[in-house]
Amino acid sequence: MPDSLPTDSVGIVTPQTLHFDAPITLACGQTLDSYDLVVETYGELNADASNAVLICHALSGHHHAAGYHHPEDRKPGWWDSCIGPGKPIDTNRFYVVSLNNLGGCHGSTGPNSINPQTGQQYGPDFPVVTVRDWVHSQALLADRLGVRCWAAVVGGSLGGMQALQWSLDYPDRLKHAVVIASTPRLTAQNIAFNEVARQAITSDREFHDGRYYDFDVVPRRGLMLARMVGHITYLSDASMGEKFGRELRDQAYKFGYDAEFQVESYLRYQGERFSESFDANTYLLMTRALDYFDPAYDTDNDLAKALAQASCEFLVLSFSTDWRFTPARSEEMVNAMISARRKVSYAEIESPWGHDSFLIPTPRYMDIFTAYMDRVAREAGA
Amino acid sequence: MRPDLEIIEQWIRPGSRVLDLGCGDGTLLDRLQREKQASGYGLEINPDHITTCMSKGVSVIEQNLDTQGLGNFEDQTFDVVLMTQALQAVRRPDLVLDEMLRLGREGIVTFPNFAYWRLRWYLMSHGRMPESETLPYKWYDTPNIRLCTFRDFEALCYQKNFRIMNRAVVDGQHRDRWFHRLWPNMLGQIAIYRISRQEN
Repeated sequence: MPDSLPTDSVGIVTPQTLHFDAPITLACGQTLDSYDLVVETYGELNADASNAVLICHALSGHHHAAGYHHPEDRKPGWWDSCIGPGKPIDTNRFYVVSLNNLGGCHGSTGPNSINPQTGQQYGPDFPVVTVRDWVHSQALLADRLGVRCWAAVVGGSLGGMQALQWSLDYPDRLKHAVVIASTPRLTAQNIAFNEVARQAITSDREFHDGRYYDFDVVPRRGLMLARMVGHITYLSDASMGEKFGRELRDQAYKFGYDAEFQVESYLRYQGERFSESFDANTYLLMTRALDYFDPAYDTDNDLAKALAQASCEFLVLSFSTDWRFTPARSEEMVNAMISARRKVSYAEIESPWGHDSFLIPTPRYMDIFTAYMDRVAREAGA
Repeated sequence: MRPDLEIIEQWIRPGSRVLDLGCGDGTLLDRLQREKQASGYGLEINPDHITTCMSKGVSVIEQNLDTQGLGNFEDQTFDVVLMTQALQAVRRPDLVLDEMLRLGREGIVTFPNFAYWRLRWYLMSHGRMPESETLPYKWYDTPNIRLCTFRDFEALCYQKNFRIMNRAVVDGQHRDRWFHRLWPNMLGQIAIYRISRQEN
């Protein structure tokens, strides 16, 4: 952490673990008899519980969205740029809830949790969960927290998919859905990248069919490769060019295959760090949840038809250099909303940072996000 | 509110679905939502205007008419399609008018009248492209690339077989004066038209 707390930080935060005893049945047909969700909250719930905002995390995200856990933390939560006093999701006005989703590896029940039926870690026996399952569990979390209706459900990327799913599954339990850098479903190319990541993990000798916990090893190499290929899709050609160009670590070529270019050592470093903190089975599960997400599946691939049941207002934002979920994918979503006569606002934000742009506080992004959330707050009486 | 917008408001029935092409800061749509329980969208490309619309609660879509068209909107899904002070700034006003009446039952457009007597006088006396309060730009650097007159517009409507339901005139301050109506093509600065397709 910096020497003193920034004034626009939520400060030191402590996650809490909520235990759920009622069984939850998942889309795959399996049931979890009980489970934990790890949650952080920022700000105060107002008297009529109208100012609650749910933050949905992306592929590698978790409950720690803002503030610091310890005074010595080097970095704040993953969306600290947008959550805090005076920030777009203003914690002086909103009660912000951020959780680690089911199947995660940061404290919520997931593949690395103990299966009460066996006394062993779930590993590959943990059921594949879907975006819909997450939204279901988030609704149960809302019940627990005394939130009948969210002022807004907000998310970027995979988080945006959850916001969209909320609008379909619980139309009367949210006023606004904020869907950032997201897509109504993955393309073949998106799924292809996920498959490369999964192959990297499952072909690692240390993977042991997902039972690596029993051998006290981690498929580090596979996880690292998965992250490296994923990371490339989060950046843009331009931003990588600007950050690394063709810069070498030393002066000259060495005519070998070690990391000679800066971009190589950066990717290796990112991959290695990730492989130390993330669970391989969770990575498989999260990418599968991405692949399966397709809210128009049950309505003959007609998203507008699916959206007929939504009643919230939508804000959809895309970023010009995002090639993972391009602006065209957001526009597809917006057009379906228009066709379904839903209230929707849309902007494509000029940003060089590719898919990662949703995490980076560029001026126009912050202006729009702030203006929209300010209205959400006013409507909520916050 | 500006008199031209007040005139437009009178032409909108309560509960209408409205599409505003080039909605600016959303003033008109905001007003129509509150006063006429209208719903719909504004299209805009100016980032500051888009932000202002969002804080007002006007549904605004970032979309460029010239490059993206209106193909993402379905036939006859709006009661009224509006376009205030932007017809003269698009590349093909005739095609935009076609699109407006494809999407909506009625279209309302406003544009600066290039036959206004001051502009005529400017051109006659100076021999140069007129500049005025409604047309403050140099000829080489103006967004207004398709200027026309009351008579031009009505000729186009005739050619396209559009019905002119209403016509109104205001001056540069958007005031509605009795003498404008007497001789609009000479005395009117801003034209306001409400059009539809012929019944059959």
